[in-house]
Amino acid sequence: VSFDWGFALEITGTLLRGARLTLLATVGGMLLALLVGLLLAVARMSPLRPVRLLASAYVEVVRNTPFLIQLYFLFYVLPLAGVRAPALATGVIALGLNYSAYTAEVYRSGIAAVPRGQWEAALALNLSARRTWSRIIVPQAVRPIVPVLGNYLIGMFKETPLLSTITIIELFASAQSIAGTTYRYYEPYTMVGIVFLVLSVPSAILIRRLDVRLNRD
Amino acid sequence: MSGDWIARQAELLPELLPPLLRGLLVTLEVTAVSGAIALVLSFVVGIGRLARSPGIRGVFRAYVEVFRGTSALVQLFYCYFVLPFLGIHLSPFMAAVIALSVNSSAYGSEIVRSAISSIDRGQLEAAVALNLSERRTMTAIILPQAVLRMLPPFGNLLVEHLKTTSLVSLITVTDLAFAGQSLLQQNGEATQVYALVLLLYFCVCFPLSRLTKRLERRFGRDERGAGAR
Repeated sequence: VSFDWGFALEITGTLLRGARLTLLATVGGMLLALLVGLLLAVARMSPLRPVRLLASAYVEVVRNTPFLIQLYFLFYVLPLAGVRAPALATGVIALGLNYSAYTAEVYRSGIAAVPRGQWEAALALNLSARRTWSRIIVPQAVRPIVPVLGNYLIGMFKETPLLSTITIIELFASAQSIAGTTYRYYEPYTMVGIVFLVLSVPSAILIRRLDVRLNRD
Repeated sequence: MSGDWIARQAELLPELLPPLLRGLLVTLEVTAVSGAIALVLSFVVGIGRLARSPGIRGVFRAYVEVFRGTSALVQLFYCYFVLPFLGIHLSPFMAAVIALSVNSSAYGSEIVRSAISSIDRGQLEAAVALNLSERRTMTAIILPQAVLRMLPPFGNLLVEHLKTTSLVSLITVTDLAFAGQSLLQQNGEATQVYALVLLLYFCVCFPLSRLTKRLERRFGRDERGAGAR
């Protein structure tokens, strides 16, 4: 069977409509992951032991179970608990909660990478806790973690096809439905692969450049 | 409520656990077979990317970019649904093994490449000074040192790999995720079924993660961003 470019172009419109949802879910999921990850990172530094333990347990459970099962769990169990969310919202929440376990660790490592001397200097200068964080620690912690977070953003983007399993018609599900109705698999799935490649490879190169600019000079 | 609830759980357990454990066995089988192939491919591709010829380097670089740049699920469906149109018919299990091996090897090859590149140049120069052949330099000097540095990131990758095998349920391989789905269709106890499925995955992944942490402390360097899937 040879690749039919005519057909491939014909379905591109449908696929790109699906890709909009893919991007929406990625952006929404990442924003949630950045926020929840921050909360987790703070909770893990809490002076209260139970808070620290709870946050660590959450991180361990999320990191050591497959995203697909977490997605199913939220999709099937949330309604039983009385939470009726649209599938897309469930998908975004699942992505956000999953990646928050990774971003929490990224924040932690960023903060840990700030040399002790910086803390001591801030203390010696009698800076308040707030000023120490906002002026000394955070600005230095951000640089090394930006590229790492960028890599997770790409990772999340590549994870979005799983959302097709909970009835979200994103890019991959669009290809599946085209394949299901036309019995042609070659073109839709190839086009999906191309869309992923076209978006993720340049992003990865961009992030590598950003890393060099922020952290190697 | 709690007394009833606990009684109900206890009643369900003997019904749910055996099929899930059978699924777990398939998950482990898929993980072992595809993981072993991925490991071999990682070395081939990772060393290939350090080849002297720019042509060979280019081919392996393209391999890595393509299989890292497209989603694992897309690759899986490609193997299972598209290859038959090109005359390659695979069982679900074979399609799963091929897709997962290729996908993880793209990440694994980066581990191999960066570990080899991280070995001090002086080691290479010493080997040249001793007039060792290229092959002996690699097998006797570089790799033994590099392999230790690969252990922690490979441990992380194994956990990622195992979690990714859950996708094979979508092409009807009867793994743990698949067992969960079919139990759900039979008795509709979503909370119990998925809590158990999560627990079983956790019981396998968590010890592996712990072991990896220990390896990291022992041989590790800080592998920034290497965790990104």
